[in-house]
Amino acid sequence: MAQVHLRKIVKEYEGGVQAVKGIDLDIADHEFVVLVGPSGCGKSTTLRMIAGLEEISSGEIDIGGSIVNDVPPRDRDIAMVFQNYALYPHMTVYDNMAFGLMLRKFDKTEIKRRVENAAKILDIGMLLDRKPKALSGGQRQRVAMGRAIVRDPAVFLFDEPLSNLDAKLRVQMRTEIKKVHQTVKTTTIYVTHDQIEAMTLADRVVVMNHGNIEQVGPPQELYHHPRTRFVAGFIGSPSMNFMPAKLEGNGAALTLHLPDGIRLPIPAARTARYAPHAGKDVLFGIRPEHLTETRQTEHRANVAVFEAAPEVVEPMGMETLLHFWMQGHEICARFDPAVEVSPGQRVPMAVDMDQMHLIDPQTDLVL
Amino acid sequence: MSATAIPASYTGRKLGSLRSERRWALWVAYASLIIACIIFLAPPFYMLVTSLKSSAEISNLSGNPWLVKAPTLENYIELINNPLFRGFFWNSIIITVCVVIISMVVSVLAAFALARMKFWGSQMLATGVFLTYLVPDTLLFIPLYQIVGGLGLLNSIWGLVLIYPTLTVPFCTWIMIGYFASIPKELDEAALIDGANWMQMLTKIFIPVALPGIIAATIFAFTVSWAAFVYPTAFVTTPDQMPLTIGVVSQLIRGDTFAWGQIMAGALMAALPPVVVYAFLMDYYIAGLTAGATKG
Repeated sequence: MAQVHLRKIVKEYEGGVQAVKGIDLDIADHEFVVLVGPSGCGKSTTLRMIAGLEEISSGEIDIGGSIVNDVPPRDRDIAMVFQNYALYPHMTVYDNMAFGLMLRKFDKTEIKRRVENAAKILDIGMLLDRKPKALSGGQRQRVAMGRAIVRDPAVFLFDEPLSNLDAKLRVQMRTEIKKVHQTVKTTTIYVTHDQIEAMTLADRVVVMNHGNIEQVGPPQELYHHPRTRFVAGFIGSPSMNFMPAKLEGNGAALTLHLPDGIRLPIPAARTARYAPHAGKDVLFGIRPEHLTETRQTEHRANVAVFEAAPEVVEPMGMETLLHFWMQGHEICARFDPAVEVSPGQRVPMAVDMDQMHLIDPQTDLVL
Repeated sequence: MSATAIPASYTGRKLGSLRSERRWALWVAYASLIIACIIFLAPPFYMLVTSLKSSAEISNLSGNPWLVKAPTLENYIELINNPLFRGFFWNSIIITVCVVIISMVVSVLAAFALARMKFWGSQMLATGVFLTYLVPDTLLFIPLYQIVGGLGLLNSIWGLVLIYPTLTVPFCTWIMIGYFASIPKELDEAALIDGANWMQMLTKIFIPVALPGIIAATIFAFTVSWAAFVYPTAFVTTPDQMPLTIGVVSQLIRGDTFAWGQIMAGALMAALPPVVVYAFLMDYYIAGLTAGATKG
């Protein structure tokens, strides 16, 4: 078990392209940290630098109290699970799991004990004599995890391990990974582009964009208190709605002026916070789950109502998504499936203003 | 909508023309295959027929040369009992085994380095290796004669063992580069993290995974070495050092006297080992060449 510290880590490729632009990150012992972001944001490069598979252009990586910049991967006391499993195709499941221990000259009985223990944790005991080609995708991913567990490393590294699985299996394996972490409690760094995976697995989520860390925090904090427009839009599914607006009023009462003449009063609790921005253009951000049918918000304070005609209605079973356009901006609302809405029909929509976000369009920072 | 708009007659005509196109394609394919079979199988068939004839029957010009009247194994028996022929066979075996071992060790190590250990100029070097294969051996034997002579290995099977790899290593390396390149990069990264060094990665992961490619390269080295003609003709002069390819030709033709029956029997027996190898390992050979061609 170990802490991991990244200090001003930079990865610059030939031609001056920077994949990672000087990030700092402290990961505590036993912590499950998920690096999440869109393709090309530098999350996988960061993980590979921690693993020792990519050289660091500048900065320091500290694993368990030692600077490992120039330490080869085999001596970093880490284990990695790859997206495509990377199982050795000519070896049985047992040999795949035992390979790292054999190279480290472990005693045969100890290897057997560790492999059987890992197989028990992952419920793959009956697969030990099979070759990887005789396994399903989910079973292969379990074996890849087993190969990491037997090593009992200081840090587990996961590089998009569920991306090759179908949707149903992905949900199942997600639970498995969480269960395994709760059992072995090894410090884990997990890379994914799927924000749902990040939210469900992480103790803390690291949102990356363009080689920088946008925000680090527990999933709920990122969801409720995003610091930037990128984090606000990236976390949550369907993603947050953004509408151009103007903040009008004086210090005592503020109102948001939205397109189509919609006026939304700012809750009193937020007036002081937003007062310095009165008179300015802002972006109004609201999540689809906070833009609902009026019945859900009957007894709540700070609810504003406006009417809109959805152009697309998507019944999802447990909810119905309504899509409408406001001056070229697509807006999504989340309605109770019991409320019947037809495309084109004007319906009242309740905005929970306690859940609103205002973003400065110049800086993209949440106000 | 669109399906109902198409008249039934149109659909029928289309299907009919497809069937006739396919029939034509099959005719052309079978005709081509038959012609190819005749071209490729006629010489070995003629060799077999001639090898089963006595000298008297061969020299009798009145009969059909493609048929045997009185089949006999006398040519084969005489050759097998001839210590010179057994010597040619033995020389070919020694040369081939040595060349295959040298070629495979060198080309597997070279291919692994060129495919996986990225270093400055590795790409250029890989192309250079292949380009050397394109230089014909008829151009190389004069300078090689100087080198082999300088080493005191002229008229020796060991001179051949030394120079045959110039024919086999470039192509074997190229096949292996293609095969190694087709192995996912994550496999060596997983091995690195598991604690393997480069040599362990090669011996425990790459060689077992690339076995079909290694077999293909081995077959190639075997074939080239077993069938080489130009180099032994140039470098070997005494019968005790000759491999089969030139031994059969040089010792069974005395002036203007051709021992046709024995020449054909000798050539057929010389062709037997490659035929056996290909018969059993053809699939690996094709798989190895394909990997090299598409992913190299």
